[in-house]
Amino acid sequence: MLTFIFKRLGLALLVALTVSFISFSLLFLSGDPAAALAGETASGEDVEALRRLYGFDRPMLVQYAEWLFSALRGDFGESYYFKLPVASLIAERLQVTMTLGLCGILFALVTAVPLGVIAAIRPNSLIDRVALFLSVAGQAMPSFWFGLILIVVFAIQLGWLPPSGAATWRHFIMPTIVLGYYAMPAIMRLTRAGMLDVLNSDFIRTARAKGAGETRVLFKHALRNAIIPVVSLAAVQMGFMLGGSIVVESVFALHGAGYLAWESIARNDLPTVQALILVFSMFYIVFTFLADVLNAWLDPRMRSA
Amino acid sequence: MTDVMDPLAAEIHGPSPRQLLKARALSHKGLIFGMVVVLLLVLVAILAPVLAPHDPYAQSLMTRMVPPVFMGGSWEHPLGTDHLGRDYLSRLIYGARVSLMIGAIAALISGVIGTAMGVAAGYFGGKVDAVVTFLINVRLAMPVVLVALAVVAILGGSLTVVICVLGLLLWDRFAVVMRASTLQISRRDYVAAAQVIGASTPRILLTEIMPNVFNNLIVIVTLEMAHAILLEAALSFLGLGVQPPTPSWGLMVSEGKNMMLFEPWLVLIPGAVLFVLVLAINLMGDGLRDVTAPEGRS
Repeated sequence: MLTFIFKRLGLALLVALTVSFISFSLLFLSGDPAAALAGETASGEDVEALRRLYGFDRPMLVQYAEWLFSALRGDFGESYYFKLPVASLIAERLQVTMTLGLCGILFALVTAVPLGVIAAIRPNSLIDRVALFLSVAGQAMPSFWFGLILIVVFAIQLGWLPPSGAATWRHFIMPTIVLGYYAMPAIMRLTRAGMLDVLNSDFIRTARAKGAGETRVLFKHALRNAIIPVVSLAAVQMGFMLGGSIVVESVFALHGAGYLAWESIARNDLPTVQALILVFSMFYIVFTFLADVLNAWLDPRMRSA
Repeated sequence: MTDVMDPLAAEIHGPSPRQLLKARALSHKGLIFGMVVVLLLVLVAILAPVLAPHDPYAQSLMTRMVPPVFMGGSWEHPLGTDHLGRDYLSRLIYGARVSLMIGAIAALISGVIGTAMGVAAGYFGGKVDAVVTFLINVRLAMPVVLVALAVVAILGGSLTVVICVLGLLLWDRFAVVMRASTLQISRRDYVAAAQVIGASTPRILLTEIMPNVFNNLIVIVTLEMAHAILLEAALSFLGLGVQPPTPSWGLMVSEGKNMMLFEPWLVLIPGAVLFVLVLAINLMGDGLRDVTAPEGRS
């Protein structure tokens, strides 16, 4: 088990290092970062001054090493636009995004797991078909459009919920639904498949044979086993969702890290963009690592992988 | 696999695999629905200049925000006009071109990259496999929307840039699936037989491996095409994808957003068309998987 954890940890670190290099090299994609920063109207001297100020005149690898070591100390440089340290800027905005991501994944689990269980108990029933339809439709629904429809119906027509902002918990209801809906199909399908699999296994037959009640069989014996892969999928989906929150946050004007990313990209604020890509990747890497370890802990067969 | 035409032979052998495939395909409602809708929209995209009642770029300040015909408008503009007086139906029709072209080319680029990586990893194993698996992990760790937005913003939002960025980002599922299928196929006896008789590696990959992983590949192509279309719409909606005045459905939703309060149809119509296209492509992909691999159906 310990070997497995160390192996996975090493892999996660290597992935993180590669991602950090890619997000750093974005700066050089435009050709000359100093010229891009100075704007089209700047004179040659201005560009030179900026180049020296930000150290763009040194070799790229030196700049990368310096950026990486500062990043490891939690220093991502200063935002071109806000003139504030990027790290504190992101830390402040992450609260909203983390709240949204957590609510989103909880919403997805609370709705998708029961649907998946019912679908598995009664395959090909009406509920199974509805669940299947919802999961197919969910994958095809553009999240920005879904969000706008919710705003039109629940904020404008009915006036039940505030259309945008993050002041109270009621502001989070619609964004949670839009973000959570995105993770539902995968969780539902996995729950359904897992339950179908477990319900056909010998120990369930034994449990029924010894006279255990149907509720007890379903929840104590079956769901417990079927839920293991769902939990690790939820962790991976959570990593994806934080990255996907950029669309949802911009639709509902939630000033979280995703919104910050959108603003910073539009303003060409590269230090912030680089740091955000790295931060979102780190969340994904940490979540998948935890999911792997959880899986290996619960199911020793996974440790050899 | 020749079709059995002789009735006596048919009685002995039963229907050929190809006939079974056809029968399964024709009885699969999702597949038929998906294919019909996709085919219709492809035709609309190809015939756009013939079908569109107006020039999608022609502005007219006299006829701005005309409502669609079912909301009190006239047949002159069946789906109304936008805030610049451009005919909405014509923009929708030309928008089908943008969506389908981006989806198809991005899926093609990512398909080539992902298949090459996946097949190599699955067939050669060892170090090649380790490198490919590592690259897949790196790619999955990068937030797609964020990276795509940043790159498009840096390089400028043209159709070519959007297509290339999506093509270079969406290869992960191809690589994962092709790796698994190749791993499975390359353990078969006929691959070993080909190796034993001295067939070259490229020959084995092309004549033994590729034909047998092709069904899986087609399924992923359709699903990734849908993925690319949705992502393009999201990028354009955020203002960092296809640039105005190009008619892109995501861009139309974004332009209509500000007038959503009074004219919700400006947002509803392009979004609904986008939803139907992506739904149809996904149903087609799911259907193809059911039909070509009936044993894997749950």
